[in-house]
Amino acid sequence: MNHPLRAFRLHALAGFRRIEWVFDTAFGSGQNPLRHLGALGFMMFWLLVVSGIYLYVMLDTSAEGAFRSIDQLSREPWQPGGVLRSLHRYAADGFIVVMLVHLLREGLYGRYRGFRFFSWLTGIPLLLLAYTNAIGGFWLNWDQLGQFSALATADWLDWLPIFASPLTRNFIGVDTVSDRLFSLFVFVHIGVPLFLIFGLWFHIQRVSRAAVFPPRRLAIGAAVTLLALALVAPVTSQAPANLAVAPTALNYDWLLLFVHPLTYATSPAFVWLALASVLLLLFALPFLPQPAPTPIAVVDVVNCNGCRRCFDDCPYAAITMVPHPTRSLRQLAQVDADLCASCGICVGACPSSTPFRSAAKLVTGIDMPSAPIDMLRHRLVQGLAALGEHPCKIAVFGCDHGVDVGRLAASDVASFSLMCTAQLPPSFVEYALRAGAAGVLVSACAEGACEYRLGQRGTAERLQATREPHLRASVPRERLAMAWAGAGDEPAVRQALQSLRQRIAAAEAVASVDRTPAHG
Amino acid sequence: MADKTTSTPLGWLGQALLYGLFALIIGVFSNWPIYRHLAPDQALIKLSFNHQGKPVSDCRSATPEELAKLPPNMRAPQVCPRERSPIAVELDLDGVMVLRHVATPSGLSRDGASAFYRRLEVPAGTHRLAIRLKDDVRSTGFDFVREAVVTLKAAQILVIDFDPNDGGITLQ
Repeated sequence: MNHPLRAFRLHALAGFRRIEWVFDTAFGSGQNPLRHLGALGFMMFWLLVVSGIYLYVMLDTSAEGAFRSIDQLSREPWQPGGVLRSLHRYAADGFIVVMLVHLLREGLYGRYRGFRFFSWLTGIPLLLLAYTNAIGGFWLNWDQLGQFSALATADWLDWLPIFASPLTRNFIGVDTVSDRLFSLFVFVHIGVPLFLIFGLWFHIQRVSRAAVFPPRRLAIGAAVTLLALALVAPVTSQAPANLAVAPTALNYDWLLLFVHPLTYATSPAFVWLALASVLLLLFALPFLPQPAPTPIAVVDVVNCNGCRRCFDDCPYAAITMVPHPTRSLRQLAQVDADLCASCGICVGACPSSTPFRSAAKLVTGIDMPSAPIDMLRHRLVQGLAALGEHPCKIAVFGCDHGVDVGRLAASDVASFSLMCTAQLPPSFVEYALRAGAAGVLVSACAEGACEYRLGQRGTAERLQATREPHLRASVPRERLAMAWAGAGDEPAVRQALQSLRQRIAAAEAVASVDRTPAHG
Repeated sequence: MADKTTSTPLGWLGQALLYGLFALIIGVFSNWPIYRHLAPDQALIKLSFNHQGKPVSDCRSATPEELAKLPPNMRAPQVCPRERSPIAVELDLDGVMVLRHVATPSGLSRDGASAFYRRLEVPAGTHRLAIRLKDDVRSTGFDFVREAVVTLKAAQILVIDFDPNDGGITLQ
């Protein structure tokens, strides 16, 4: 990416992170809705499906009866029909808002390149499908807003030289709107969501264990919010459509129908040009010049024992297991270069990554060429040795995408930043303690903020011995601390570091008492 | 990894505020501000047609040489052009021409119908309209002309269409 665009993105990202911080403060990092936008979008989509099925049952799919059947629901705002109609509309608005913020967030974080390009590219058509579906929904009401939207859409589409007869002629006279045209409306509003489901499926194809439902508390909060809105401000139909009269003043849904006023304020050609430009820009982003990619994980045929732990832990399904070329009945991990995120989580999952192996050069089953595990072992030993005879050395392992642990420099601290904290094999904690560290602090990203989605969870579970490879039970837990803090949140890590120092001091004091010979 | 900040009263208050903000954004912008597509004193004239023009030339008799080149089953004595005339339309409003357009026939051989649609916003009230339509390049002048005085209420839509089976230019 060229410099000015990148500078703009980073500047905007800094602003967005401040907003995320506000949400973190209220919701907590793990429940922050901004970290679950995709899952919230899925949830709203299912809300739309459920409420939409009910509305379809109630809808009279004829030009004559459509308005009457939906309007009837609006007259019963506290009945299920009225509530579901309002919920349907507000969930559609919510879906669009969540989708646009999701797009903005991923764009600002630069998540459109490398292994993420597939998710990015497959997400763009979803914008068109979502808006097509949302706009088509208004036509089914066949009130003045639906009439205006249908006509404005026809006006806009007629600019394209692909229709033998202008679509607008379908609405030219009072008698021209037929039941058959309503069948088309129904097809648009029911057929397009089917494409949307396929599109969503493609969108998350390359994401292992994709989160398609938000955390329960967040899901309840979002659903209750929409429900409360539906009860407080029920959606009502406007005057029935009348093709002899032009709608004048409309209570307007700007979130879903902004394109119509834009078309009339400018021209259909302008809106087509704007749409094409935006889509072109979004599609082009992954193909703009990018920083050189980090080399992907490499499997060592001799040291891979086919245990499948890297296969299980890879957040992007970049690893497949294939028959071992030389050992019968054994498997071998194989890395798909297009899918590999170069996160190193697989290295932390590999049982061969243990630093206790006696080989002079530590070669593991799967490793990152740019930051091999052997180098980490060397750095750890040298880093602790460099602290001299300090009685309370602490090894701090951090994440390149989280708090900059290099800033924690102190006479008792040796810090090591990894591609992801899940790159750290748990055995390194024990190794560090045996190599002279009095304590180990692992600083991972804030909950839900992992750059690679599952790294933070993997780190926690391995250190808590609930996931393989696990930290051995014999390792004194009072000498291990974990800090969950996002980039820039150094104070949280410093606090965890200070707390660890105190725990170590207390443990040392107890040990000292225990070592003191008893005098009788 | 449980986050303690969300369990505090301040955390709950913050969540309530942010959920409320979300609801406010959706609730407000799904209804407001009111959109006025047409000024209160305006009416709308829609001029549209979907009509196949006359052939661009008359049929003529095929020459014996032309017939000889054709397979026996295709030796039609008359050769008629496929191409249709473009349709020209003009609209005068209160004596002033406000619209002139020539609609080309559709199809690669230009043998399809010509279609046109245009909307005009006009002040409500009484207007003198003159509509002229020409669908035959062989004729001189306009083939169809209609003049009318119409009174349009605010927001009323007047549709000017063309139906050769209904006398040509229609107003509804």
